[in-house]
Amino acid sequence: MPQVSMTVNGKPATGDVEGRTLLVQFLRDTLHLTGTHVGCDTSQCGACLVHVDGEAIKACSIFALEVEGAEVTTIEGMANADGSLNTIQQAFQDHHGLQCGFCTPGMVMSAAALLKENPKPSETEIRDYLQGNICRCTGYHNIVKAILAASGQETAIAAE
Amino acid sequence: MYAFEFERPGSLDAAVKALQEEDAQALGGGQTLIPTLKQRLAMPSKLVSLKGIAELQGIAQEGDVLKVGGGSTHGAVARETKGIFAGLSLMASKIGDPAVRNRGTMGGSLANNDPAACYPAALMATRGTVVTNTREIAAEEYFQGLFTTALEEGEIITSIRFPLPEKSNYQKFEQPASRFPLVGVFVAKYGDRVGVGVTGASEDGVFAWKEAEEALAGNFAPEAVDDLWVSAEGMMSDLHGTAEYRAHLVKVMTKRAVAAAE
Repeated sequence: MPQVSMTVNGKPATGDVEGRTLLVQFLRDTLHLTGTHVGCDTSQCGACLVHVDGEAIKACSIFALEVEGAEVTTIEGMANADGSLNTIQQAFQDHHGLQCGFCTPGMVMSAAALLKENPKPSETEIRDYLQGNICRCTGYHNIVKAILAASGQETAIAAE
Repeated sequence: MYAFEFERPGSLDAAVKALQEEDAQALGGGQTLIPTLKQRLAMPSKLVSLKGIAELQGIAQEGDVLKVGGGSTHGAVARETKGIFAGLSLMASKIGDPAVRNRGTMGGSLANNDPAACYPAALMATRGTVVTNTREIAAEEYFQGLFTTALEEGEIITSIRFPLPEKSNYQKFEQPASRFPLVGVFVAKYGDRVGVGVTGASEDGVFAWKEAEEALAGNFAPEAVDDLWVSAEGMMSDLHGTAEYRAHLVKVMTKRAVAAAE
């Protein structure tokens, strides 16, 4: 069986995988990082979103062997060094940006990728960026508010 | 997924060689192929990832032509063609979602030739060229129907060349669940001609709407196509839209693209 090595949340990670092993399976089953969720497994819901070399990638739509040598960040790598919630995570809590919480890891990772690219996004830009993240509780309103807050902006948004 | 071997060659030559194996298949960004494998609709013996090949990367203007490496992601196309080719940049920026755009590639999309993919409309409107490891193929010869292209077994798209238009735009009438176009129209205006590429509509895949190209060459304004009529014959019909609806949308999207061209 081929071996794959990558850096996950700053730590080296190595394991035996098959050609068909997806990154999300390697993260969850081999590394036991179960914060990365499998919502649809058809690359539509975004619950499995992680960062690979700083880019937002759906971990269900990339093979583990494609990530050889790369830097991966998952939701487990998002908290501050002292274990407290980071700005985005805290904003999700403060603004009730989650209901059942299943989509939240993907939402937080997506929000982090957006804010890196665009530190002060408008409401429209946030909604546009989150097109690939589906919240089955349909709690988008507060997710958008949380991201606005995390970017240091007013959270008053238009009612829909 | 059925089991397969995975290989990630570092050069074009090594990839061509790896693809000579029986039932070996090229893997671009995998945003279509991986879901297809999950459904067990494909059974390759080996997947040959093209992601590690430097020759397939790079987006550059060469005189009046834009050259896009086959391995360029939609995200890279959107960012790097912004000031050079507005229509193409706009098109790439609306494919799928941000994570899909970070992974999916132009070469992969064109090799797959989904009847509702976006890029074929741009390639057809510009009468661009697909460059492979063995030859150059003009857009009109390249597309041969649904999921069918002129590519031979094991042939790899190394780059795509677009003659740069003076003005261009892409209008996608989006199917909101898939974000594929129900109908998408790309308009490219040149000094002596206008190209109109239509995707998502025809049962034969992408096509150039030649009557509109002629009318717009004389008068590049939305009204120029007012008197033209698109036949519903041969248009796709499904639960998202009838053939008549799609035929109607071709004209509407063409007019919008002309009005918005920059």
